[in-house]
Amino acid sequence: MAHDHTHKADMTRREFASVAAAAAAGFLLTACGPRRLREIPRDRLRKAIADWEREYSERYGKSVTVSDAGPMPGVLFAYALDLSRCNGSRRCVDACVAENNQSRDPEVKWIRVLSMNKDKGIDFSDADPYYSPAEVPEPGRFYVPTACQHCRNAPCTKVCPTGATWTEKDGIVVIDYDWCIGCRCCMAACPYGARHFNWVAPKVPSEQINPAMHYLGNRPRPRGVVEKCTWCIQRTRAGRYPACAEACPTGARKFGNMLDPDSEIRYILENKRVLLLKEELNTMPKFFYFYGT
Amino acid sequence: MPTVRLFGSFLVESARAALRGGRMYWTWIAVLLLLIASGAAAYTGQITVGLGVTAMRDQVSWGFYIGNFTFLVGVAAAAIVLVIPAYVYDWGPIREIVIFGELLAISAITMCLLFVTVDVGRPDRLWHMMPPFGHLNFPRSILAWDMVVLNLYFAINFVVVVHILFRAFTGRHYAPRLVVPLVLVSIPMAVGIHTVTAFLYNGLAARPYWNSSILAPQFLASAFCSGPAILLFVLQLLRRMTSFKIRDEAIWKIAELMAYAMFVNLFLHGAEAFKEYYSSTEHLLYTRYWFQGIGAHRTLVPYAWSAVSLNVLALVLFIVPRTRMNWVTLNIGCLATYAGCYIEKGMGLIIPGLTPDTLGEIYEYYPTLTEVRVAAGVFAVGFLVFTFLLKVAVPIVLGQLSAPALDRRRASHLHA
Repeated sequence: MAHDHTHKADMTRREFASVAAAAAAGFLLTACGPRRLREIPRDRLRKAIADWEREYSERYGKSVTVSDAGPMPGVLFAYALDLSRCNGSRRCVDACVAENNQSRDPEVKWIRVLSMNKDKGIDFSDADPYYSPAEVPEPGRFYVPTACQHCRNAPCTKVCPTGATWTEKDGIVVIDYDWCIGCRCCMAACPYGARHFNWVAPKVPSEQINPAMHYLGNRPRPRGVVEKCTWCIQRTRAGRYPACAEACPTGARKFGNMLDPDSEIRYILENKRVLLLKEELNTMPKFFYFYGT
Repeated sequence: MPTVRLFGSFLVESARAALRGGRMYWTWIAVLLLLIASGAAAYTGQITVGLGVTAMRDQVSWGFYIGNFTFLVGVAAAAIVLVIPAYVYDWGPIREIVIFGELLAISAITMCLLFVTVDVGRPDRLWHMMPPFGHLNFPRSILAWDMVVLNLYFAINFVVVVHILFRAFTGRHYAPRLVVPLVLVSIPMAVGIHTVTAFLYNGLAARPYWNSSILAPQFLASAFCSGPAILLFVLQLLRRMTSFKIRDEAIWKIAELMAYAMFVNLFLHGAEAFKEYYSSTEHLLYTRYWFQGIGAHRTLVPYAWSAVSLNVLALVLFIVPRTRMNWVTLNIGCLATYAGCYIEKGMGLIIPGLTPDTLGEIYEYYPTLTEVRVAAGVFAVGFLVFTFLLKVAVPIVLGQLSAPALDRRRASHLHA
């Protein structure tokens, strides 16, 4: 009887030990293991940033900084594009690729400029993204640049099974490249073809790397994850214009704080003829198109 | 611990049964293993290089893998076609074969989960969607719902099958208090897994071809055709190769049910085609790409019309009693159903949904050899699982495989 009793006690002790060990391992993994950048504690983010800066500096042989600038209070970004000014030069595309360390081989381009027929108006089924005339603008054509529309009712963030993409407080829709599993639900859900997948490892020559990075923006992406326009989060959160807006030769691109009543973007939204792409889908983009003249 | 020991001997005997077989059996296993090896080699290449070795691109971001996944969720769901008449109407001839439907469901779900795994860009991060370490975007993400219901459905069918077989192995009847509620839950769950999978596409307003409320009912209708089509082959094989008795009435009844399902399937397709063509909005583009092609882009057109013809042929063969009860025409009907639904659910659902893309570009997707090899490998894994399950289940159900007498006496003593 006594023997039996000890034996039983042994079993429970062993059981307790294994349960405790499992719980401890679980706690350690949750506390110290990889975490979504959306909910990572401040001190761990700072450590991660130090690690990234060291890793990227080594990889590209130049001093890389990774910003962790958060959204500024009272700021909600918005973009407006003047369709009557855009001449289809695609300077914005080149500036975007250079600024945001997009893969050169294979080419990834967050901005896509569509050449459309003036007689038909905005008609995607008749759009040509591969136009290459000797000179732009071509007679009878107009141009509709597209990229992430930073929707207020974003279909892409809703469908993500792991919560790896979300809208920041200043309205920028971001992706956690370290959390994305590459299921591509967001790409199926996006009505604007704004999301791009790294089908193979992206390649950017070291000398072309832009070393001014943001942890939710233009830092290098691994193979097998989704990326897209972040409104140059590394620039705009530091008070600068997105690279595309700066590069536009005709001044067709306007960017600013929608909550500031004196901003240019507010003036456009209140006084110009503004339109949204695929308005009927109720995605509520913060990217507006307008006719300035 | 007699139950544990008994369960141990159940596992050992099961493994022994799976490894016993004639030359035909081992040839079949060898073929499957070869396909698995080829799939694994192709997948290794995909892992090393990236999904760029497939034909998928930003324009068509889902392809062959997700098409197969969708088709197989339907096969898994179709087990209920057999469960409903067996348990609800208490129709005897089908009840004995219900377990094979459940085995098929287990194998199909295994393939589904594998197809999702080979499709994601970062399989090493799949744990990111498993709480508590990961984060599941539930209830907002439909893929999150899908993963929950598929795993639950797998678990329920697995428990029921293991319980019934283990009880039969020890010479006892299954416990109705466990099995009946689980089976009753699995019926709405089967409808649920396929509905949720339909919602995965249905909920995307960006894709008008999928964004139609007819999608979920149409999914179920085509599933109730393709799932039983496979089972009818299996049942005929079992009749021929084992001493298992399956009555003709059971097979004919299933074929009759398939005819109704196929009629509903074709009707829903017709309703959708009418709406698209008659209203002729800009959304017609995707249906046109499937049935007519757009300009020079006509890759899918032959597939579209072969799917329609095969489905109509199957409907005719199953609805006419003479051809339904003739073994040759019955099997032609099964083959036509399987092929028709496979084309319509794979290439026919995914590719036109994504072509032209949201900005109007037409990228003509056609799977690469890597995709075909990986997919064949996944199918081979599923068939291997199904073969082993059958190999164990059939002798147990027939009473040819049971616990050694001593253990058995102890077991009955235990429960006396």
